[in-house]
Amino acid sequence: MEPGLNQLLFISTALFFIGVFGFFTRRNLITMLMSIELVLNSVNLNFIAFNKYLWPNKMDGLFFSIFIIAIAASEAAVAIAIIINLYRSHHSIDVSTAEEMKF
Amino acid sequence: MMNDFLQIPLLQILPAGKGSALALLLIPLLPLAGFLLLGIFGRKHIKNASGVISTGLLVVSASLSLYTAYSYFFDYGKVDGVYQKFIAVQYTWLQFSPGVSIDMGILLDPISVMMLVVVSFISLMVHIYSLGYMKGEERFATYYAFLGLFTFSMLGLVVASNLFQLYIFWELVGVSSFLLIGFYYNKPSAVAACKKAFIVTRFADLGFLIGILILSFHAETLDFNTLIQRLTIDGSHQLHTANTSMFLGASALTWGAILIFIGGAGKSAMFPLHIWLPDAMEGPTPVSALIHAATMVVAGVYLVARMYPVFSMSNGAMHVVTIVGIFSALFAAVIACTQTDIKRILAYSTMSQIGFMMFALGVSGENLFEGSLNYSNLGAGYTGSMFHLFTHAIFKALLFLGAGSVIHFIHSNDIKDMGGLRKYLPVTHITFLIACLAISGVPPFAGFFSKEEIMLAAWQHDKMVYYIALFTSGLTAFYMFRLYFSIFWNKGAIVHGEHHGEGGFAMMLPLILLAVGAITAGFIPFGNFITADGKPLPAEFHWQFSIAPVAMALSGIFSALWLYKNENNKPAAIVKTFDGFYKVVYNKFYIDELYLFITKKVLFNLVGRPAAWFDKNIVNGLVNGAGNTTLFISEKIKGFQSGKVQQYAIYFLAGVISLVVLFIYIWHPV
Repeated sequence: MEPGLNQLLFISTALFFIGVFGFFTRRNLITMLMSIELVLNSVNLNFIAFNKYLWPNKMDGLFFSIFIIAIAASEAAVAIAIIINLYRSHHSIDVSTAEEMKF
Repeated sequence: MMNDFLQIPLLQILPAGKGSALALLLIPLLPLAGFLLLGIFGRKHIKNASGVISTGLLVVSASLSLYTAYSYFFDYGKVDGVYQKFIAVQYTWLQFSPGVSIDMGILLDPISVMMLVVVSFISLMVHIYSLGYMKGEERFATYYAFLGLFTFSMLGLVVASNLFQLYIFWELVGVSSFLLIGFYYNKPSAVAACKKAFIVTRFADLGFLIGILILSFHAETLDFNTLIQRLTIDGSHQLHTANTSMFLGASALTWGAILIFIGGAGKSAMFPLHIWLPDAMEGPTPVSALIHAATMVVAGVYLVARMYPVFSMSNGAMHVVTIVGIFSALFAAVIACTQTDIKRILAYSTMSQIGFMMFALGVSGENLFEGSLNYSNLGAGYTGSMFHLFTHAIFKALLFLGAGSVIHFIHSNDIKDMGGLRKYLPVTHITFLIACLAISGVPPFAGFFSKEEIMLAAWQHDKMVYYIALFTSGLTAFYMFRLYFSIFWNKGAIVHGEHHGEGGFAMMLPLILLAVGAITAGFIPFGNFITADGKPLPAEFHWQFSIAPVAMALSGIFSALWLYKNENNKPAAIVKTFDGFYKVVYNKFYIDELYLFITKKVLFNLVGRPAAWFDKNIVNGLVNGAGNTTLFISEKIKGFQSGKVQQYAIYFLAGVISLVVLFIYIWHPV
């Protein structure tokens, strides 16, 4: 059985909120990064689904997905660099240990 | 109102080839150079040479002044029998608009040339004298630097070509006077005295500044020649507006003149702004001779003389000048009879003599009183005043330098510690006697001629003024000879400490030169040179006016002789007779106490304390309130910046959601 638009949107919504939930609740930076990836991928899925079911003869959604994948990759590179630096200075990648920048 | 004698010769630029502008500029600038040189390098490098350096500069400056005076009075100054005003140097300093600018310039006219000679000559004498008097002083170079600053400012003041330049130098002499009074800054009394002098004169200068603004507003210029021309020529619209705009019953012209006179009265220690002068005697004695006797304190007289045509347009202003002058003369002379500090006696005597100069200017205007219809001597008071200024500078400087010698010898200011010094200080004794005779107005010494001229003017103007002046000149002779006999005769000499003699050649030379001046200066035919209108005054010699003052002077001298020649109890008996009055006079009529009462009790309580309360509670309250409110709010909301990155993300999400809700469901632009 081929999945319909509804099923795809359901999955994408689920992924989005799993990602948001993970981002807010996890203290481990790498897990938080992975959660952000989930959010991004849910958006990708949305683009592809709408492209396929609403404008099947157009390619815009696909192009956007490719863009997002590229941006996610570079974002991951930057984020990992930040994480490594944080580890060097705090010997941990737990965000709760890095709270010095406050009032 | 307009009189012939108010016609001002047209302004002329220095004729080509006659007198050099550079030489004129050097007269004030050389002392300034001395000030800068000694001020910067004096303390470390050229301390011992500093006196000689600045005296040398002053010799050049004084010679240039003498040369200028000679060539002005005998060569180029007189055109068609009238002494002209020349602008020798003019430099536009601040240009506000095409018509209004502040200039720096040198104005040559009879009085400024005369003052150049007086200031530079007396300053030179004091420079030489100080070589001996201030020897061994720790801050020797600083002292000479200050003297240089003063000389520069005073010379700049007398040649000022406009009111604002005069005002600038006026303040500069005030500063240098402040610095020199407070020269012994580790003496609390000197510190108090210099503050007092500065504050009182500053207070008067406020009046001066307002006067400048009023007059220059109406005349639409600051330049002396233009201002005087516009405010004295009949029919000029400036004079018309100045005469017609009234305030509190007097015209703007009168107010301007009176306010300017207040400035002059402050500087010249006229009642009731005289309180600083006796205290100013805390400075070194040569400084008192230079600043507080011969030059700076006559700046007020000079100012009135400089603005004389404007003053003479206003009867009210002339009255004020006359009354303040004659009252100060009498008031100070009475106080001088009771004081025991040698320098304070001389200070009150200075105040009294300046009172003479002031009222002489005041009475030289129109004859306003019945019974004085002789118009031939209009302006005689002007000449007399300037003449007295000239001779007074010489003999008063001599008196102060002589007093300096005495103080140097006996190490005390109090005449009770002195007596019988004539054997120890022969040169000082003779020169001091000459100066006393000169100030008392005994012929043929200098003071006689100048005082006679003033008396004549007073007689022609107002008999009342004449009689008060006559009485005052008797008092003058009395207190001067009381001083003289107390120092040099009276009881036997009490000489303690080392006998270092009279002081060296440096201290004797100025005394001798000034004594020569005090004898001969009276024979200068002043009326030929310095008059209100530039034309020679008809030389009149009124024996009938000379006999009475001389008789008064002689009676003053003889009563002093009778009381103070030998030690006796007559003075004490007289004091006892007039006990209450004597006490009041001895305490200077409680003027100082009155001022203290007004400032400390009245002003502090009625103005100072409420103002302080307002400042503390209202002003500070507003400022602190703003700060406290900010602090309070920030205390409440600073928790937002927690440092927790996930909290920030939640705020961000909440923000996005609320914006979405806002835009989609609530707010629909277009």
